[in-house]
Amino acid sequence: MNIIVCVKQIPDPANPGALDGNNALKRDGKLILDESDSYGVEMALQLVDAAGGGEVSLVSMAPNSETAGLRTALAMGAAKAVLVSDPALQGSDALTTAKILAAAVQRLGGADLIIAATESSDGYTGTVPEQMAEVLGLPSVTFAKKVSIDGGVLKADRQTEAGYDEVTCPLPALISVTAGVVEPRYPSFKGIMAAKSKPVDEVKASDLGVTPVGWDGAGQKITSVTQAEARAAGEVIEDDGEAFGKIVAFLEGLKVI
Amino acid sequence: MAINNIWVFAQVSNGAPTSASLELVTKAHSLGGSVGVWVAGDGSAVAAALGAHGATKVYGVDYGSNLAGAAVASAMKSVIDAGDSPDLVMFPQSYEGRDVMSRLSVKLDRTVLTNNIDIVASGDSVTVTTPIFGGNTLVATTFTGGAPYLAAFRPKSFAPESTGGAAAAVQAVSVPDLGATGTAKVTAVHVEETTGPKLDEADIVVSGGRGLGESAKYELVEQLAKLLKGAPGASRAIVDAGWVPYSYQVGQTGKVVKPSVYIAAGISGATQHMVGMKGSKNIIAINKDKEAPIFGIADLGIVGDVHKVLPKLIEALQGR
Repeated sequence: MNIIVCVKQIPDPANPGALDGNNALKRDGKLILDESDSYGVEMALQLVDAAGGGEVSLVSMAPNSETAGLRTALAMGAAKAVLVSDPALQGSDALTTAKILAAAVQRLGGADLIIAATESSDGYTGTVPEQMAEVLGLPSVTFAKKVSIDGGVLKADRQTEAGYDEVTCPLPALISVTAGVVEPRYPSFKGIMAAKSKPVDEVKASDLGVTPVGWDGAGQKITSVTQAEARAAGEVIEDDGEAFGKIVAFLEGLKVI
Repeated sequence: MAINNIWVFAQVSNGAPTSASLELVTKAHSLGGSVGVWVAGDGSAVAAALGAHGATKVYGVDYGSNLAGAAVASAMKSVIDAGDSPDLVMFPQSYEGRDVMSRLSVKLDRTVLTNNIDIVASGDSVTVTTPIFGGNTLVATTFTGGAPYLAAFRPKSFAPESTGGAAAAVQAVSVPDLGATGTAKVTAVHVEETTGPKLDEADIVVSGGRGLGESAKYELVEQLAKLLKGAPGASRAIVDAGWVPYSYQVGQTGKVVKPSVYIAAGISGATQHMVGMKGSKNIIAINKDKEAPIFGIADLGIVGDVHKVLPKLIEALQGR
């Protein structure tokens, strides 16, 4: 069982986001593994374990040869990674990103299963996994919240608006997994040390044969960036044991009670 | 070329188009030209409701146990290849909507723009607006490639309005051979039973977050919601922690709510959460950290312990 996990390295979400001079999200500082992707990495490690053999590989697209987030996933137990890092990719839209990641998957020789998060925590376009599946000609199950593999067939519970659907799908396939689907492990000290020497194959868009990319390949142009009308803060009070009365009065004022 | 032919991917629930779908049909109609609406099934049952909101045509696709993504996108592609090509396709920002638009974008080699809250068409140029950084900043993006333009919209971005139009004409579209992409099949459908109003339609929403401390304390949120005849909601943190199902989540990845009153209990106000609730008419926040971002948008903020404030509030309301 060989599994490829798509991982994104993003600016720390604890810090406020900002745009650069081209209105792209600023990604020049330290990047970390998107927490949403840690669930996919954990899921992959568990499925390979359950299958009794195989390995977990990673694909990622990031500026400045960034590997900090990849090393975290390698420390969790992934074996190797393909990193696509190329200044030409700046400004790429989700479709180009999907083409690049699909080509990186093919560079690894494909896999039985490809796992991604449902959306990244910084850009949250939320289309890349399903676009990759279409580029690769694979079946897909998005928003999987429970996953198992039995005899080459994937079974998943897929989130819906009303509840969930049970879905079956033969391998090879692509899935996107929701946060909380498994409990991601913390990398062990041994894992962190081992991750430093695990292979990361760094390539350019041209090595993957994907053109055009970046601003030229994007079918979109940002025409304006404005501040939304701010919502003003109202009254803030410290609870002295009687603050519930303020809420009751507020609700009465609105005539909802 | 102007925007003459618009498609909308609509979803049907309990035999009627969802309100998120009718919003898009209404908006598409206001942009001018003909509006073709894609639905699962044969389409005739919803032709009247869709026509009344401005649809001129309904494309019905019976895709059986296939997942919508590959099936509907392939059916759309086959109609486009046959010469009926839209200038713009609008999708709801839903599970199915995202799958269909993603597959279609690759088939047509066109970009997709998601998470939008507005759209303006001027001549043959289409510009959409996306809120970022928790809604503090609005980004306007214009499509630059050729049509069809593909865009997804957050629920409640537009108001559904009746145009009094006649029932839309129905065209059945069959699903082409999907090859490997059609091998994922739905084998069972589960509906999670909820009582009371639906989260995204309720007039009052009470949401709980990590500040509740433990899963058992979510009961306070449910109790308060029930007393106010509202719906209980949750932050992503406690959904990820497994305290409540995903269907309770309010935020970027969950439901977008715009109730008259939103009560945030033990929620600090992460960007991901605020995106889903800052359109509420009145916001009440209870949090013990007075620096919590939620107080920046609350009409009434209580700096205090939810374990003390909620039980007293519940008791006071029960006594009425």
